[in-house]
Amino acid sequence: MAMSEMPLLSWLLIIPLIGALFILFQPNDSEIGKRNARLVAFFVTIVNFVVSLALWAGFDETTADFQFVEHMPWIGNNIAYHLGVDGISVLFVILTTFIMPFCIVASWNSVEKRVKEYMVAFLVLETLMIGVFVSLDIFLFYIFFEAVLIPMFLIIGIWGGPRRIYASYKLFLYTLLGSVLMLVAVLYMYNVADTSSIPELMTYYFNADVQTWLWLAFFASFAVKMPMWPVHTWLPDAHVEAPTAGSVILAGVLLKMGGYGFLRFSLPMFPIASHELAWLIFALSLIAVVYTSLIALAQEDMKKLIAYSSVAHMGFVTIGIFAFNVQGIEGAIYQMLSHGIVSGALFLCVGVVYDRLHTREISRYGGLVNNMPLYARVFMIMMLASVGLPGTSGFVGEFLVFVGVYEASSTVAFIALSGVILGAAYMLYLYRRIVFGELDKDDTAKMKDMDPRERLMFAPLVVMVFWMGVYPPTFLNSMEVSVENLIERFNSRVEQHAQSVGAGE
Amino acid sequence: MMYKAIVFLPLIGFLIAGLFGNQIGKKASQIVTSGLLVISALLSWVVFFDVALGGNVHNVTVATWVSSGDLNFNWALKIDTLTAIMLVVVNTVSSLVHIYSVGYMSHDPHNPRFFAYLSLFTFAMLMLVTSDNLVQMFFGWEGVGVASYLLIGFWYKKPSANAAAIKAFVVNRVGDFGFTLGILASFLVFDSVQFSEIFPQVEGMAGKTFSFLGAEFDIMTTICVLLFVGAMGKSAQLGLHTWLPDAMEGPTPVSALIHAATMVTAGVFLVVRTSPMFEFAPDALTLVTIVGATTAFFAASVGLVQNDIKRVIAYSTCSQLGYMFFAAGVSAYGAAIFHLFTHAFFKAMLFLGAGSVIHASSDEQDMRNMGGLRKQIPLTYTIMMIGTLAITGFPMLSGYFSKDMIIESAFAAGTGAGNYAFIMGVVAALMTSFYSWRLIHMTFHGKSRASQEVQDHVHESPPVMTIPLIILAVGALAAGGVFYGYFVGDNYATFWKDAIFLVGDNVMEAARQVPAIVVYAPMIAMIVGFLFAYLFYIRKPHLPSEMAKNHKGLYNFLLNKWYFDELYHFIFVRPCFWLGRVFWKKGDGALIDGFGPDGVSAMVMRIAAKVRTLQTGLIYHYAFAMVIGVAFIVTYFFITTQGGH
Repeated sequence: MAMSEMPLLSWLLIIPLIGALFILFQPNDSEIGKRNARLVAFFVTIVNFVVSLALWAGFDETTADFQFVEHMPWIGNNIAYHLGVDGISVLFVILTTFIMPFCIVASWNSVEKRVKEYMVAFLVLETLMIGVFVSLDIFLFYIFFEAVLIPMFLIIGIWGGPRRIYASYKLFLYTLLGSVLMLVAVLYMYNVADTSSIPELMTYYFNADVQTWLWLAFFASFAVKMPMWPVHTWLPDAHVEAPTAGSVILAGVLLKMGGYGFLRFSLPMFPIASHELAWLIFALSLIAVVYTSLIALAQEDMKKLIAYSSVAHMGFVTIGIFAFNVQGIEGAIYQMLSHGIVSGALFLCVGVVYDRLHTREISRYGGLVNNMPLYARVFMIMMLASVGLPGTSGFVGEFLVFVGVYEASSTVAFIALSGVILGAAYMLYLYRRIVFGELDKDDTAKMKDMDPRERLMFAPLVVMVFWMGVYPPTFLNSMEVSVENLIERFNSRVEQHAQSVGAGE
Repeated sequence: MMYKAIVFLPLIGFLIAGLFGNQIGKKASQIVTSGLLVISALLSWVVFFDVALGGNVHNVTVATWVSSGDLNFNWALKIDTLTAIMLVVVNTVSSLVHIYSVGYMSHDPHNPRFFAYLSLFTFAMLMLVTSDNLVQMFFGWEGVGVASYLLIGFWYKKPSANAAAIKAFVVNRVGDFGFTLGILASFLVFDSVQFSEIFPQVEGMAGKTFSFLGAEFDIMTTICVLLFVGAMGKSAQLGLHTWLPDAMEGPTPVSALIHAATMVTAGVFLVVRTSPMFEFAPDALTLVTIVGATTAFFAASVGLVQNDIKRVIAYSTCSQLGYMFFAAGVSAYGAAIFHLFTHAFFKAMLFLGAGSVIHASSDEQDMRNMGGLRKQIPLTYTIMMIGTLAITGFPMLSGYFSKDMIIESAFAAGTGAGNYAFIMGVVAALMTSFYSWRLIHMTFHGKSRASQEVQDHVHESPPVMTIPLIILAVGALAAGGVFYGYFVGDNYATFWKDAIFLVGDNVMEAARQVPAIVVYAPMIAMIVGFLFAYLFYIRKPHLPSEMAKNHKGLYNFLLNKWYFDELYHFIFVRPCFWLGRVFWKKGDGALIDGFGPDGVSAMVMRIAAKVRTLQTGLIYHYAFAMVIGVAFIVTYFFITTQGGH
């Protein structure tokens, strides 16, 4: 059987569930049970990563069609278990499977209570996240998209910090608003188009007026997930309360679901509305970039600072998507991939010191370079990637986005670029307060440098940051044809509409 | 292969010393990084003779970097005359600084890290000067920025060093903001970021306009001004100069290499590299001239009253960079690079000499606590004298050829901006002479003002430090005379070929036919400056303090560097932090959360009688609600589809 004929996508969905099941049957919270749970979870996430690499290896970069398609009737005649990947989704699948093992390793020692349930929650979460990116049925997508939040709630609500209830409640309220509206839109689309297949919906022509409403409904959901200003305030709280691995997966993968949603639904299905409402996205994104960057400057909590910086970085992503050109969209995807790795790594960096001192307050640290030189180096690399230094992954995405956006509007590019200055300011300021200076506090002075587990954990992340920065073709080639195809179809739809409006007058 | 070796050997040095420095130890780190750089430097001279004098231009593609739609650029090495000159400057100074640092940093516990950073800097600088496109240049541009950040903050325990490092990076980012916009605009207009594809199209774009920030602007002027903003940041031109004096917090060899000889000249290099673009943007060139000339004047004026030996030289660098810019501004690109070339030698030498002085006087940097060192450290004294003579333009030394050429070119340009630059240039030359001699007098002449303990410790530096100084001295003495003919003289055209934009009847030819008064002006300025310095610091040492008292306003204005730092702090730094707090507490906290989730939840709480269960019911409630929701949809669809079909 050729690689492309194997049901790899189903495997990717099932393997974590098998692992979760296995862990459930382990003896209760004995030391051996805990150890087994960790080992199994780690092994399973690694296997899934290897499977996803096979998927990537078998992926045909020369076509924009969906590949590895699996189709089975599910409910009624129309709703189906329909999976597939194209150049836009395949890399998000890889990102998910890549990030997962780090979450498990990061939780190795720091999670002590209810280890079994914790690992199960993460493995289920992996299935659901992959499901979001590979669903080709809009209902299937919706279910995955919403269900992802359940393990996330649990992770924050059970293993989180002191204000975990508030944080998850806030997350719940925000996403509720979005998901209700999106559900209504999905129902409407299904009734009008009489299909729930995403590839078919992508070619279906919705009436221009209807598009606006549908677009807004999806926007409500994606904007919260992104998160865009002003529906971003759940993110800092969620990050602060979440355990380290929760923050990593939240920043690394969950934030990308909004951007993916825009690319999979808003642009192809509602091109006219996207075109007409791009100004709204630009306006909100620009506010986000400047506003949250300034807030990040004033933060006293490490995780909050990085959380706010995520909002600013996601602002670049939305700007890039709505530039509607190759560089803008490829840049946006690249920026999402890079941010997934870099912000994930930054949260891991916070985790390293949090595990030692149990505080996120920046002023409690200082001078760590003296006793944790290796940590200082890794943190430095990630910080520089975060500020978009050329040669690191952060630059390629940002630069392509700016190239794309400049073509759309030099004013938008101008304002967005100011975020790059502020970005350098708040990251350098953070780094200085934590790492540089005299080691003048007794408890900080006792902290030990990274242990072998932590070193092994960071090594692949560092490699990826430079690989993505120095040789991007590895990743850009996978998305190129699909992105070009998306833009071509988008442009022809928008032109058609403009002509029909012109003819009607 | 040789070209790749030149560029990548320092990278290898960086990786070895950076990754394994603690394992292989101090000595091995020094030998590896310095050794590789010496090889790189020797190869650079080979390339210089082959490319600049032999005429063999090369283009080497290393790998694809980015390919996205129409946007393509590679990792590539473009070796033409301009690059070859930069290779020689960068690698020669860098290898000498590496060797010098072996002595200078001998007491520092972090040797491997220091040498790793130096090599990293050199690699980034080489990527910058060998680039065949704007983006790789930006890579090098940011890379040297990071290396500079790391080295300014090398002594990370000092709060002042950390602050200076951040300041350098962030102020440079402001410049990069312009540079990036310039690259973006270039791609939009020319559909390429490759120099070889942009330059031929420039002439066709001259005079055309495009929309930028909602208004119509001249294309070439806009792009060039944007690029120049980047150059202003890196080369510390007026307005974006504030980081350079603070950068003196770094170890002195760093100041010599990065903040005098190489990195800060990257802006000049950028303007000269893109001279085929600037040449079609006369308004941008006028701006370059005016900013350069004003910086030359401003920085020299501040240099008059500084007391920190390194800060005097830092302002001097800033001022000399101003000269290079206004030379480029009047299209005397050859003269700009010529001065870059000679300046690299004598300024690196002055800094390393100052380092030797600091080293000798137990890390003292305040010249008010020096004096009379001439007898104790004669070799350093000789070196500093040569440097001073070179920078002030003493006949037949290198500064004489290059600086005078610039001043004469400005006059020969015959434009308003050119005349302004000429006057500023001559006045700045006078001040240059004054502050340079003031430095010599305060440091080496007169009686020692140091404590007895420091005086007892004064010693000449070891050979590992003095030999690099002697090599640089040879450069400072001879570089001007030897290369004059090639850079700006009769062999001008065959030397440069296509590396810079060759103006038809070039301004430097005209510069050699200016009136005698113009030729003698810088010389007179030099002598007057010298005499004043002699009067103030040798004949009547009480005069400076009296002057300072009588002209308190002016003195404080100069001493406080025209109050730029205070102004920026007031209009940028404080408002940003203030806004950040307001947006956070009032925007996110009171407004969005207040009316959003908190408001909603408060309402829910009020309505619901079972407030307590809501709070204690743990997260399962919400998760449960989600599951119910999903289950509801599935059921709903199950029923409707069954009914519908």
